[in-house]
Amino acid sequence: MTTYILRRILLSIPVLFGILFATFALGRLIPGDPCRAILGEKATDIVCNEFIHRHGLDKPILVQFGYYANEIAHGDFGRSFRFSKPVDELLMERLPITVELSLAALFVSILVGIPLGVISAVRHNSWVDVLTMLWANTGVSMPVFWLGLMLAYIFALALKDTPFQLPPSGRLSPGLITVPFYEIWGLELTQGTTTFTILNFLSRMNILNGLLSSNFALVKDALVHLILPALALGTIPMALIARMTRSAMLEVLGQDYIRTARAKGLRQRVVVMKHAFSNAQLPLVTVIGLSLGSLLGGAVLTETVFNLSGVGRILYEAITARDYGIVQAFTVVIAIFFVILNLIVDISYAYLDPRIRLE
Amino acid sequence: MSQEVQVIQSLDAEGLALNSVSLWNLTWHRLLRRKSAIIGMVILGILVVIALTAQWIAPYSPTRSMLDVKDYPVRPEKRQSPCIHAFGCPKDKPQHIMGLDGNIRDEFSRILYGARLSLIVGLSTVSFAIVIGTVLGALGGYFGGWIDNLIMRIMDVLLAFPSLLLAIAIVTVLGPGLQNALLAIGIVSIPAYARVVRASVLSVREMEYVSATRALGGDTLQILFRRILPNALTPLIVQGTLGIATAILDAAALSFLGLGAQPPTPEWGAMLGAERNQVFTAPHLVFLPGIAIALTVLSFNLLGDGLRDALDPRLAHIS
Repeated sequence: MTTYILRRILLSIPVLFGILFATFALGRLIPGDPCRAILGEKATDIVCNEFIHRHGLDKPILVQFGYYANEIAHGDFGRSFRFSKPVDELLMERLPITVELSLAALFVSILVGIPLGVISAVRHNSWVDVLTMLWANTGVSMPVFWLGLMLAYIFALALKDTPFQLPPSGRLSPGLITVPFYEIWGLELTQGTTTFTILNFLSRMNILNGLLSSNFALVKDALVHLILPALALGTIPMALIARMTRSAMLEVLGQDYIRTARAKGLRQRVVVMKHAFSNAQLPLVTVIGLSLGSLLGGAVLTETVFNLSGVGRILYEAITARDYGIVQAFTVVIAIFFVILNLIVDISYAYLDPRIRLE
Repeated sequence: MSQEVQVIQSLDAEGLALNSVSLWNLTWHRLLRRKSAIIGMVILGILVVIALTAQWIAPYSPTRSMLDVKDYPVRPEKRQSPCIHAFGCPKDKPQHIMGLDGNIRDEFSRILYGARLSLIVGLSTVSFAIVIGTVLGALGGYFGGWIDNLIMRIMDVLLAFPSLLLAIAIVTVLGPGLQNALLAIGIVSIPAYARVVRASVLSVREMEYVSATRALGGDTLQILFRRILPNALTPLIVQGTLGIATAILDAAALSFLGLGAQPPTPEWGAMLGAERNQVFTAPHLVFLPGIAIALTVLSFNLLGDGLRDALDPRLAHIS
């Protein structure tokens, strides 16, 4: 197992280098002067000369790449002229919001997708099955941004003044103030330390922060605001997961050992959950891993629609303001994040299926 | 007349000839047995007809405001809701079955022209990705060694980015516009095709009929294109059909973000993006383009799934 994990980690190093090189190349493809593309049109010559010297832009291209890789490795992503802040600070501020949204969407999609898939496989060709498949097919065909807007319309306007009314934008109701849980716990932390960074990151996820500081009004408010974006973002993965669960279950349910289990007189629930579902999990891990990419891409659109100030929203604002520095930095960070997620998926794959480890 | 033909004719005469069925014939018949594939083909057929005849069936120009229309009987209203005579809209008002948009253009005409653009977007990006992906996958699979390693590692890097984000990054650098958006989507979809082709090439590279062609003096190109690549055709068709669906969705997303088609182009994603803040006041301008996108994508998804089952009957019992 350890050798397998080590090998997988080693194999992702060239990919990481490739990602760095690709984003570096993208940065160099920006038309015009790289300094003004990154620092904005108003940058003076003195500032530009200093910038060019610091980033080695007057050196050969390979050396420039070395500078770039070195900066990224040190977590230095430059400054954003649009937000006049270091990019890494922005990232630490906004990433928790995107992570919270993606996790909520993934949670929704697994919670609904797997049972739907199992039921439609067990009741193959029944109306439940037909409806699920219909839903799965439409689910993957809807644009995320459209679904988000439609959900906002239905739950904020059409269902206004009913118990189902939900807020169409933002993360919290106006006026609600959040206090980081570590302050409520009375922890003395100095800014800039690793502990502070991690706790600060966690405290920016409202639901987690509310739970940790037992502020349940906050948890409820944050949840209510998160439902629509999570539904919008979770629909495509939900449809994929339902389909994959169904086909994996159908495959397994046709096996001889299932017939044996039934012949032994085991109850349907035991046969389905214990004998069949345990063996249908493997393809699920794959499809969940694959969904992560669409989740991260979809987050940009969902955050734009629901006005959530996460990474995606910033990316959108940066694009409109032509803040290439941010676009480049965020692309690299999200890609690295994605590689790590895929690594975790691969490792859990090996954990679930011993045959893969031994290969 | 060759001997073969003579034999067949004599068999025919005795009524013994076997009716051979081609792969495409068989696929077509299998496809017709699946309701979902038929639904997909019907929707797609309607879309193709709309796309081809848009200039005749659209009541107005897709890019001109009603203010420019001569003899327009009433003062046109911005973002007017649909006015359909059959559903009680006063007869003295001109009919706009999908209403007017923020620039006082006929939404219905824009949606009709949008079908043309969407189909072009899907077909062009996927053709681009298939051509490049096939060449790369075939080279890697056939020659192996460092060529294969190099190509596949580049593909790994492309796959390491969430596809929409990479497309966004590419368009941001190249500059917004439909052409650049198409190029970006084309680039990010190459790896899928390269992998499919490479896998097919690897699976038949060592087969005896390939060695036989080589022994008969066939050159590399002939072996690759006439003997090996036809095996990649069926997975490519399936992947391509499903890929068109993804490409249309991604292009709509880029246009929604303002990176793809620019106004006044009647592109569904861009139309939706332009009116997204009006969702509470003029929901028809958000609802209708979205439905159009979803239907188009759905038709390709249904057809792609149907084709996969029809071309690979082993899967038919599962889905």
